[in-house]
Amino acid sequence: MSSRSDKDLLPVNPEPGDPKPGYLPVANIEHKPRVTDTDPKAARRAERQVAGMFLLSMFFVVLFVVAYVSIDVYATVYVPVLGVVGASNLALGLTFGAAIFFIGAGAIQWAKKLMPDVEVVQERHEMTSAKDETDEAAATYERGKEESGFARYPIIRRTLLGALALFPIPLVVMLRDLWQSPAGANPAEILSRTEWREGMRIVPDIGHDTGDGVEGMVPAEIPVGGLVSALPYAIKETKDDPAANFRERGKAAIILVRMDPTEIRSQQGEGWDYQGILAYSKICTHVGCPIALYEHRTHHLLCPCHQSTFDLADSGNVIFGPAARRMPQLPIGVDEEGFLVARSDFQEPVGPSFWERG
Amino acid sequence: MKFLAHRRRKPWVAAALLGFALLVVGGGYAAVSNTAPAVAAMGSQTQVEEGKRLYLEGCSSCHGLEAQGTQNGPSLIGVGAASVHFQVATGRMPMAAPGAQAPAKQDIYTDEEILAMSAWVASLAPGPAIPTAEQLDFSDADVAEGGVLFRINCAQCHQAAGGGGALTDGKYAPSLMNATPQEIYEAMLTGPQNMPIFNDETLPTGEKQAIIAYIDDLQQAPSPGGLSLGRLGPVVEGLFMWTAVFAALIAAAVWIGIKAR
Repeated sequence: MSSRSDKDLLPVNPEPGDPKPGYLPVANIEHKPRVTDTDPKAARRAERQVAGMFLLSMFFVVLFVVAYVSIDVYATVYVPVLGVVGASNLALGLTFGAAIFFIGAGAIQWAKKLMPDVEVVQERHEMTSAKDETDEAAATYERGKEESGFARYPIIRRTLLGALALFPIPLVVMLRDLWQSPAGANPAEILSRTEWREGMRIVPDIGHDTGDGVEGMVPAEIPVGGLVSALPYAIKETKDDPAANFRERGKAAIILVRMDPTEIRSQQGEGWDYQGILAYSKICTHVGCPIALYEHRTHHLLCPCHQSTFDLADSGNVIFGPAARRMPQLPIGVDEEGFLVARSDFQEPVGPSFWERG
Repeated sequence: MKFLAHRRRKPWVAAALLGFALLVVGGGYAAVSNTAPAVAAMGSQTQVEEGKRLYLEGCSSCHGLEAQGTQNGPSLIGVGAASVHFQVATGRMPMAAPGAQAPAKQDIYTDEEILAMSAWVASLAPGPAIPTAEQLDFSDADVAEGGVLFRINCAQCHQAAGGGGALTDGKYAPSLMNATPQEIYEAMLTGPQNMPIFNDETLPTGEKQAIIAYIDDLQQAPSPGGLSLGRLGPVVEGLFMWTAVFAALIAAAVWIGIKAR
């Protein structure tokens, strides 16, 4: 039961029979010699190949340095298939890659063609520990049990088990934060309402400043077949608070589409459209990707994440994909100044399902 | 000659000869047909009549004799000159074969012919006009603003770097890497195929110019790392590594493992 010996690393005994000291025994199978073993010319050729590869590696190292010094970092070059690429990166990558590749390839070629390839026997050790080692471990355990008195003091044993059982409770208690926000509101309620409410004007989403001076949209602006990503006017109040801005955007973002009113087969409430303009949540009901892949001829809304497809001409119903709920619709109308407004908040939580929603 | 006789029996020779013959015939035809004189500028009325003639020849079988639409193609009444120019100049119309989507291809009409057909369709009912050079001038546009607008309005289908992407049932949003400013403007204005319409009220000219400036910036941007892989990002790059590079590594491992002869 000796440990790994140095003989594993020593050269192979090329002759059959008992190995010389420091050599592994040759396996008792038929060995087929290589061309380089029998033909000295082939061996010379292999030698030149290996040396040639090492020389090529040196050549590419020199080329790398030359490319590094001489090629402008911002220069570009056209390469077929690849297109327009950075000349410096391309040259550095190719030369460095070739330099290391030819060191490896030369080493492999050397080993395959010139180093001995006779089959040898290498003994492996057993995986289990020696009997005396396992016995000693068992004895140590028994001694610890005896000396600690674990079996003799039942009250200590029970209180220790009790302490260990109670220790994870603080970790569980902190999970409460997941459903009770610091502000005191239940997250299920937070998720269930957005900034939309009766009379809230609809403004187009045109970036972070959400449109200074934009007061709203009039129905005539939106053509049949049109698509507008939009937000509630109240989003402007969060202009200087990016966190709040993103929070509200994540729930209140909608898309407005307009179709010929005769093409609307159903919607989620009577008269929820305005002259063919329909407002739907922009947040997929599957896992909450923002979606606006609207095909204006089929009225399909496709989520790029998992291919859930909603039919906006038919209540936003799911016609394909993993989404379990239809796309929430926002009832809209116009105010006395003629701007498009919401007529209420969403009637159901937007975005993916959550525990309390069922 | 023995050399040639020997080579003649190789399978690739037939393909090479066929390719050569096609090149000669096609090249010869192109050289001859290019010598035809360009159609001279036409007056407005003759332009409309010429457009109608071309329409009846090339488009009416699907869109109807009065452009009223048939089962095979939508009505063209009110689509405007911009729509006709976009569809025909990019080669999408006439379609080569019915399918989920009309792909862009080499257009078969001259500029004059396309303008004539546009004029005829525009004469049927008012619709979006072909954008003027002034509308297409994006030299003063803000590329960063264009990027924001692109991500809000376009990236959902055309992908954040304009590489295009899949839609439903075999339809797709094409790559924007070869689109000209005029094509981009006209596409936004008219909503070709299933693309929604972004008219000048919902997306004013200045915003359209910003979007065009952003797409132009994307088109000009080199790919310093080499293969851009459609600029689709880490998922595609990872997939490329897992397939192409792993295949190369396995090939190297096999070479290392093969016993030398």
